[in-house]
Amino acid sequence: MSQNGVPALALADITCRFAARDGRGGAYTAVANATLEVGKGEFVSVVGPTGCGKSTLLNVAAGLLEPSSGTVSVFGEPLQAADGVNRRAGYMFQADALMPWRTGIDNVIAGLEFRGVPRAEAIAQGEEWLRRVGLAGFGDRYPHQMSGGMRKRLALAQTLIVSPDILLMDEPFSALDVQTRQLMENELLALWAEDRKSVLFITHDLEEAIALSDRVVVLSAGPGTRPIGDFKVDLPRPRDVSEIRMTPAFATLHREIWAAMKEEVLKAYEAQKVA
Amino acid sequence: MKLRTLQIGVFALLIVAWYLLTAPGLLPALYFDQDNRAAFFFGEPQKVFWVVYEWFATGDIFIHLAVTLLETALGFSIGALSGLAIGLWLALSPTASAVMDPYIKGFNSMPRVVLAPIFAVWFGLGIWSKVALGVTLVFFVVFFNVYQGVREVSPNLIASARMLGASRRQLLRSIYLPAAMSWVFASLHNAVGLAFVGAVVGEYLGSARGVGYLILQAEGTFDINTVFAGILVLTAFALALDTAVGAVERRLMTWQPRAGETEKV
Repeated sequence: MSQNGVPALALADITCRFAARDGRGGAYTAVANATLEVGKGEFVSVVGPTGCGKSTLLNVAAGLLEPSSGTVSVFGEPLQAADGVNRRAGYMFQADALMPWRTGIDNVIAGLEFRGVPRAEAIAQGEEWLRRVGLAGFGDRYPHQMSGGMRKRLALAQTLIVSPDILLMDEPFSALDVQTRQLMENELLALWAEDRKSVLFITHDLEEAIALSDRVVVLSAGPGTRPIGDFKVDLPRPRDVSEIRMTPAFATLHREIWAAMKEEVLKAYEAQKVA
Repeated sequence: MKLRTLQIGVFALLIVAWYLLTAPGLLPALYFDQDNRAAFFFGEPQKVFWVVYEWFATGDIFIHLAVTLLETALGFSIGALSGLAIGLWLALSPTASAVMDPYIKGFNSMPRVVLAPIFAVWFGLGIWSKVALGVTLVFFVVFFNVYQGVREVSPNLIASARMLGASRRQLLRSIYLPAAMSWVFASLHNAVGLAFVGAVVGEYLGSARGVGYLILQAEGTFDINTVFAGILVLTAFALALDTAVGAVERRLMTWQPRAGETEKV
């Protein structure tokens, strides 16, 4: 799958087992024998039914969660829990992860501050990033004074300012309304096109996955989630996410991937109903 | 401003009621069989204010007030700072917290005022036995709030900061401390009152100076008016200190959303 040498991110045979919370009963296997690669500059989306362990997989890739077995390699180097988190990755969370006590600009430059960049320089870069995500002039506002869409832009700027080689995104736009969401998706694609980072994008929305990605990986229903389908998306770039949804090629892909996904979604639904 | 007027109105109303009910011979005695009994037990507001006025006019009170305020301030700051430090430490170190848990709980449930005589033996009758009592009272309030505050920091926020490259120390400074701050301030309002309790109870049990000492002396001669004057002065200063804490809080917590806040254009 990695056409150009070493993959940016390689998850090999990952299994994650969680001890049962009440101490008795069997352990819960969230992810079983999952293997996944993201090439350099590749935009990969992972779709799957709700509660299937997508976020678990992403946390493993980030180095926030140590897998029960299996290895994670970042540009060919193994990621060890002892070394802390994946230093070459930026992570955009599903829920708000902004610091409520910091203004917009101070949130954006947090990563630079942690790296010891002098404040004046950090501010200059921060202002530049605020402009790029369309928040110029909003730097002195606190997160609670911003709309959901603005907070997402802020989070995007916060993640990208340290120019991570790999971008991990966990359903970042799922809380937004449809219009804002499509705007954000287009902006993400535009920013991504500038320097083509490797992206691992988690979503439950198949349309979003196809519209954004080079490749879509379908996960099975939990427990014991693993990839069961791998689809190449060869739609032309640059794309407009709202327009590309109308093309026949998109519809064909959607049908094809949905066929693979449908059964898993139903399975997950049944499992939730029983539980 | 209207609110302030109403607040002062309530105060005036209370004073007037106090005066009417205690002034000898003004109203027929409701409960007591003699006219001057109410004044004996509850004091008379005009006399209380006169005592307060005399204290400040002659400057007699300053040495006592200074001692009490110093004890309170020391008890408050030592207790709050150690509560903050140890709260942070235990919240961030699960092993230490598990080991210390029964001791913390034990000390907290102990009626700590009984320590006052022991402190008097250990630290003498000067200010330090009162400071020690204040510290034991203030410490736990702040400690439990910091502990809880740090525990409740969103895991997302911590994960996010770690992904942005924060070291352990930077996590403490940029995430844990500010996140715990709103809890700390909530506890500081309680702590102000408790620091005063520590100082006054300590003075009450044995001292040669302080407002608590003044109150004790007055009580010895059944001088209720002076007792009330002492209480009034203490309350006023506790209120002032609480206001100061509130002012610092508003300054540091500007980021907190206020309900129904709209921007003026």
